Amino acid sequence: MSIENEVTVKLNLEGLLCPIPVVKVAKAIKDLPVGGVLEATATDPGVLADIPAWARTTGNEVIKIEREGKLVRFLVRKLK
Amino acid sequence: MENPTDGVTLIVCSGDMDKVMAALNIAIGAAASGKEANMFFTFWGLKAIQKGNLTGNSFFGKMMGIMNRGGIDRIGPSRFNFWGIGRWMFNQMMKMHKITPIAELRQTAIDLGVKLLPCQMSMEVMEIKKEDLIDEAQPSCGVATMLEMAYRSKATLFI
Repeated sequence: MSIENEVTVKLNLEGLLCPIPVVKVAKAIKDLPVGGVLEATATDPGVLADIPAWARTTGNEVIKIEREGKLVRFLVRKLK
Repeated sequence: MENPTDGVTLIVCSGDMDKVMAALNIAIGAAASGKEANMFFTFWGLKAIQKGNLTGNSFFGKMMGIMNRGGIDRIGPSRFNFWGIGRWMFNQMMKMHKITPIAELRQTAIDLGVKLLPCQMSMEVMEIKKEDLIDEAQPSCGVATMLEMAYRSKATLFI
């Protein structure tokens, strides 16, 4: 099963700037079961550094984070 | 990265020469004693890591670029600046007392491995592009990155 099939929730963070993307991801992760995967798209290039930093401090896993032009797409798995 | 260190995190919000100088001094002091030192430049602080060219796209952005022009040699003291005369005077006095010029301090910090992190949100607001920042600046980031550094540090200062 590919990771894309595991996505439990999708978030659109396009146009939002720091710190809102982190806040929305944290909120959405809270409602997920452990092991659940969140997929999000953002336009703030700051999330490239911020989402991995947030994941390290909260103990969650960034499965993938990549830039597609102006868009940043990432997958986060809830670990605890 | 995950291991706690005893470094220092400096949040440089001010673009005043005196405060940037103090921040650079602290970072250099920490780096010179083998500690990790990170400087997060937000709002007016960004001026300290700008190349100094005119910035902005929109009308307001361009106005901001003219009236609030960045560059380490352009920032003035928080008091007695008098449209640049005070800055000139301070620089003369610093020369007189053989104090390292601020641009040289910044270079020393870079040479010692101090990380200079620009705040993406401030860049967005003030219409400052990556190209407007010095090449030594790290990729832009936000509050989560700054906090992660702060959690690892023994001291965090907001300047």
